[in-house]
Amino acid sequence: MTAVLEVSGLKTHFFTHAGVVKAVDGVDFSVNKGEVMGLVGESGSGKSITGFSIIGLIDQPGRIVEGAIRFNGDDIAGAPEETLKSIRGNRISMIFQDPMMTLNPVLRIDTQMMEAILAHEAMPKRQAWERCRDALGLVGIPSPEERLRAYPHQLSGGMRQRVSIAIAFLNKPDLIIADEPTTALDVTIQAQIIYEAQKLTKQTGTAMIWITHDLAVVAGLADRISVMYAGKIVEQGETDDVIDRPLHPYTVGLLGSVPTANNRGERLFQIEGMTPNMLALPKGCAFSPRCGFASEACQVPPPVEQVASRELRCYHPQSQVAAE
Amino acid sequence: MTVFVIRRLMQAFFVVFLMSVIVFFGVNIVGDPVYMFVSPDADQADIEAAIRRLGLDRPIWEQYFLFLKGAAQGNLGDSFVFGEPALKLILHHMPATLELAFSALFLSIVIGIPLGLFSGLYPDNPVSKGVMAGSILGFSLPTFWVGLMLILLFAVELGWLPSTGRGDTASIFGIQTSLATWDGIRHIFLPALNLSLLKISLAIRLTRAGVREAMGQDYVKYARAKGVSTSRIIFVHVMKNIMIPVVTVMGLEFGSLIGFSVVTETIFAWPGMGKLLIDAILQLDRPVVVAYLMIMVLFFVLINLVVDILYSILDPRVRLQDQGA
Repeated sequence: MTAVLEVSGLKTHFFTHAGVVKAVDGVDFSVNKGEVMGLVGESGSGKSITGFSIIGLIDQPGRIVEGAIRFNGDDIAGAPEETLKSIRGNRISMIFQDPMMTLNPVLRIDTQMMEAILAHEAMPKRQAWERCRDALGLVGIPSPEERLRAYPHQLSGGMRQRVSIAIAFLNKPDLIIADEPTTALDVTIQAQIIYEAQKLTKQTGTAMIWITHDLAVVAGLADRISVMYAGKIVEQGETDDVIDRPLHPYTVGLLGSVPTANNRGERLFQIEGMTPNMLALPKGCAFSPRCGFASEACQVPPPVEQVASRELRCYHPQSQVAAE
Repeated sequence: MTVFVIRRLMQAFFVVFLMSVIVFFGVNIVGDPVYMFVSPDADQADIEAAIRRLGLDRPIWEQYFLFLKGAAQGNLGDSFVFGEPALKLILHHMPATLELAFSALFLSIVIGIPLGLFSGLYPDNPVSKGVMAGSILGFSLPTFWVGLMLILLFAVELGWLPSTGRGDTASIFGIQTSLATWDGIRHIFLPALNLSLLKISLAIRLTRAGVREAMGQDYVKYARAKGVSTSRIIFVHVMKNIMIPVVTVMGLEFGSLIGFSVVTETIFAWPGMGKLLIDAILQLDRPVVVAYLMIMVLFFVLINLVVDILYSILDPRVRLQDQGA
């Protein structure tokens, strides 16, 4: 399979008055054509910044300090704004978290959809409008002509997120970065949105990076999962492997805190402590202060190790725990 | 919408009525106009004749009732000084004030919004900081002093622009206006600038605050993620959002432009309503004062109505008929 996107050694740092925040600190992964990769982590783990780094939307005081982002073979890390602009929304599109905030409240849906086409391709407005109408139909919006004339506030949250998905697929991109697209929605709508996104990726062969803090969401959706902690990917592998046999203690903890039918009525597992202060990360493994298995060795940052088909940053793989 | 407008007009009628009570009785407390109009050596019979002629011999409530009766027929009383209907006097002076106010509004929009936009987009630029410092001056310097300084600089020292009067006027759509002749425009420039200084500062600050807020919004980042050009983001996505507060505030301020023109008109000897009012107050010409205030109330009510309608056009989330009475 050919990789649509190859990220290697990506470091995005923010130079604040209080110090340098290493939001993304040496991230490697690749996404193949038609593949869905789940990028999982807590708030502040750097998963969204990773997504924004890829499309070059990192604002001051942040910037990509190191690493390569090869998209269809070309390194687009630090590419000129004009190049990035022609890629954004065209070859790589993005779905944001909160559809209430991302659609402009004073512009009609058709305006906001058509501009995504017309920014990249010159065509008669009528033709662009028809493409928008068809796209809305594709994501299961009834009477799309009417919805196109509506303003965002006239649509429900789920409907708005469907519009965002339709916009993301408008130009048949090679890659879609979905940044917590279901977090702001209630659970039934969440399931529908995931279904639509999954259906469309299958149909179009578009690769997707699904950023979320919810392992349960990506378990059924992603082909591969990357777990991020404090700016680094700590575990990466096939979804089934990661879910069934998590190796990293952090992944184990995350999985343990997902409610399932088996642990009904029991207290959910909780990872002790708080997410680390990104300005003062612990020495060595950033997870070690919260980890029950930490040892002397963890004072030195663990390198990436290949364990079976998986990549791992840990001295204490937890296969025996998962076997319980 | 129609229901909304009708309801608002009914409210307006009530407000105007209430104002008429306050204004009429308020003005009647201040001074005795009779002594302004009879010669100092007039005897008692002359004075009483004058009082009767002005209708001041009747009880105040009866005067008010007569005033209301006249007002319902479009007659706001005759000026004590000129003997002409007060309404006619005011309407005669109105175009001068309106053209001044409109010119000032125009200046504040074409100067204020671009400057505010620039300083909002580039807050750290030295030019932006200069603009912001200037807007503080615009807010704090008293209008009359700035007016005098403008005259001193442009009319006296440099001799570029005239300092008093309207200059030549010509007719556009049957209205005599200075804006139709070059000489008139030269005359209106200084007073309009003087009047607009406060509003320019207001427009700068409003626009800047709006731009800074909007640029940080998700919809801007989302538009960038769609690959939309920067100019389209600024002039469509951002501008359309910030026009909501800007139009609302600037529209409401239009009333105060007309009100504030009293000071500017006095300094620049601009023959508008404001100057007429000052003269009327000095001469205790009650009917003119009352008529002026009534017309101003009407202006404010109408401006508010227009702003509400504009607001609903700019912001699709606002539905006028949803608002309670």
